[in-house]
Amino acid sequence: MEKKFLQTSIKDSLFTGLIALALFGPIVGLRTVAKNEVLEVHPKWFIVLIIVVVCAVGRFLTNLYVYNRDQKTGIQSSIGKSISNFLDTKGYQIALTAIIFSVIFPFLPFTDRYLMDIAIMMLTYIMLGWGLNIVIGLAGLLDLGYVAFYAVGAYSYALFAIHFGWSFWICLPIAGIFAAMFGVLLGFPVLRLRGDYLAIVTLAFGEMIRILLLNWYQLTKGPDGLTGIPRPSFFGLPFKSFPDEGEQTFHTFFGIEYDPMQRIIFLYYLILVLALITNLFTIKIRRLPIGRAWEALREDEIACKSLGVNPRNTKLTAFAIGAMFGGFAGSFFATRQAFISPESFTFIESAIIVAIVVLGGMGSQTGVVLATVFLIGLIEVFRDFESYRMIAFGGAMVLIMIFRPRGILATRKPTITLEKSSS
Amino acid sequence: MLSISNVETFYGNIQALRGVNVKVNSGEIVSLIGSNGAGKSTLLMTISGVNKAATGEIKFDEKNIESLPPHDIVNLGISQVPEGRRIFSRLSVEDNLRLGASSNDKGKNFDNDVKDVYDLFPVLKDRLSQRGGTLSGGEQQMLAIGRALMAKPKMLLLDEPSLGIAPKLVNQIFVAIKNINKEKKVTIFLVEQNAKKALELADRGYVLVNGNVTLEGTGQDLLKNKDIQAAYLEGGGKK
Repeated sequence: MEKKFLQTSIKDSLFTGLIALALFGPIVGLRTVAKNEVLEVHPKWFIVLIIVVVCAVGRFLTNLYVYNRDQKTGIQSSIGKSISNFLDTKGYQIALTAIIFSVIFPFLPFTDRYLMDIAIMMLTYIMLGWGLNIVIGLAGLLDLGYVAFYAVGAYSYALFAIHFGWSFWICLPIAGIFAAMFGVLLGFPVLRLRGDYLAIVTLAFGEMIRILLLNWYQLTKGPDGLTGIPRPSFFGLPFKSFPDEGEQTFHTFFGIEYDPMQRIIFLYYLILVLALITNLFTIKIRRLPIGRAWEALREDEIACKSLGVNPRNTKLTAFAIGAMFGGFAGSFFATRQAFISPESFTFIESAIIVAIVVLGGMGSQTGVVLATVFLIGLIEVFRDFESYRMIAFGGAMVLIMIFRPRGILATRKPTITLEKSSS
Repeated sequence: MLSISNVETFYGNIQALRGVNVKVNSGEIVSLIGSNGAGKSTLLMTISGVNKAATGEIKFDEKNIESLPPHDIVNLGISQVPEGRRIFSRLSVEDNLRLGASSNDKGKNFDNDVKDVYDLFPVLKDRLSQRGGTLSGGEQQMLAIGRALMAKPKMLLLDEPSLGIAPKLVNQIFVAIKNINKEKKVTIFLVEQNAKKALELADRGYVLVNGNVTLEGTGQDLLKNKDIQAAYLEGGGKK
């Protein structure tokens, strides 16, 4: 039994190496270099060899320690299992710790400008993840074009703020409403679609919005982007080092020294509050009839119909509310950057947000946080390694899929599990 | 109360119902029996509006309902227990029950309404916080019936409540159906492959073959009918 198992795993890992060779051979191995105005191929077979060996050995090890149902050697029995147990049972404690940590984070001794920027970026992704979780995790509608609503929010915020000079707190709800309207706009044509078809249409919708922003030059300044988006003020008190004559600013009002960190810290708390509102809203709405209807729709549409749930309204509200939070996050993005262009709203953003939701464990709020910290954090840690950080990103995804196939925090427990056989 | 006349329903090009005529009077239990693929479930789905009738008329309390969307039909007082129960398996039993009430009062009188369901199926009360999918088949069927009752229907459509359930529980469920009819005054339209049980319970019955109603009569008459005994009671009907 044991010998046969070893044989099949070796065969399997050799096959994996072969696939890796076929894939990475041309992609990594054949490098074209422009030399003397001709293109030369510089083969890099050593790197290919390393990759192939890593893949084959990795496959062998996962076969031996992860997919092996034998309790004694399976990694699930030791460290893996205790981590899994910890994640399964301590979700609430993790969430509470995370909230306390994020509230005191700006005042911790090691916190600097760089860490604050990363934290703000992570919180933005967390908020987007929570917003998309309404659509994907609760209502079960796979939306690959979520970045469209982020863009609509950012642009409507920027345009209203620039042209009408309205403050952040007025433009924020307007941006949310605009994004929600676009959510309904997307929702109507896709009411009858499900699964892959829905995913394709939403993906196209995301691209349409980006291309629209790129080409509607009169309104959006196309690829040049919108500049000079007003910075947020602390309830009317701007963050400025040199106030105009007679102007009250944040630091003069409170009688403290000007420090550029004040604005950063304010932005940090702003996105923290916005994100927590998104979270609180989702937690509350799950207990309301509409939230329950979303989850029921995810489970079984026909049963929903026969119970008198109106699937059209249910889907549209899911799209609209999910989009609204995307729009809020977009406004924050615009005011933080002070500059937006269609560049920031490409498909890869949608893909990252979907990855965060799925890898976090669809429907799990804390899972979104963990996945964001893990994925975005990894990208940041590997920032110095240039393009290798994408490998880290991919590797992180593979690791989650191997060890937590239902997401880091799976709320969807399987209803039936296979007992491990004793033989 | 419910009158179905000349209803035809298609799935694409395939005709599932070929001019069905059925009448259900207020307070009755009416059973519809037939073999696999006869169109029984299609008929229920057509009544509840999930599938649309291509031609024909469905009247409920003198009101035409064949073109209404399903949620309006539920609001008029027809609730359906779909085939295979269709419990929301990852939601709690309580959420399942609350979803049943989503048409009637948005859950305002939930605590009051749910008492009737507990009276019928006490086991559900102990399982409130459990996920629907962790219940046994029989308990799921009870939950499906309870969920449909939460909408306070005048008429209950039941699609194969005995499907895949232990015989002991089947009896319990049929007793409950009788109770729902006699005590709660809910009209019952029951679709079953288990012809014997269904006809014993029914005031009247219909036999559906290939999308056509071929026989109708009181439950007792149909039970004594030689053709039915041969086709449904001695062979496949015993399962």
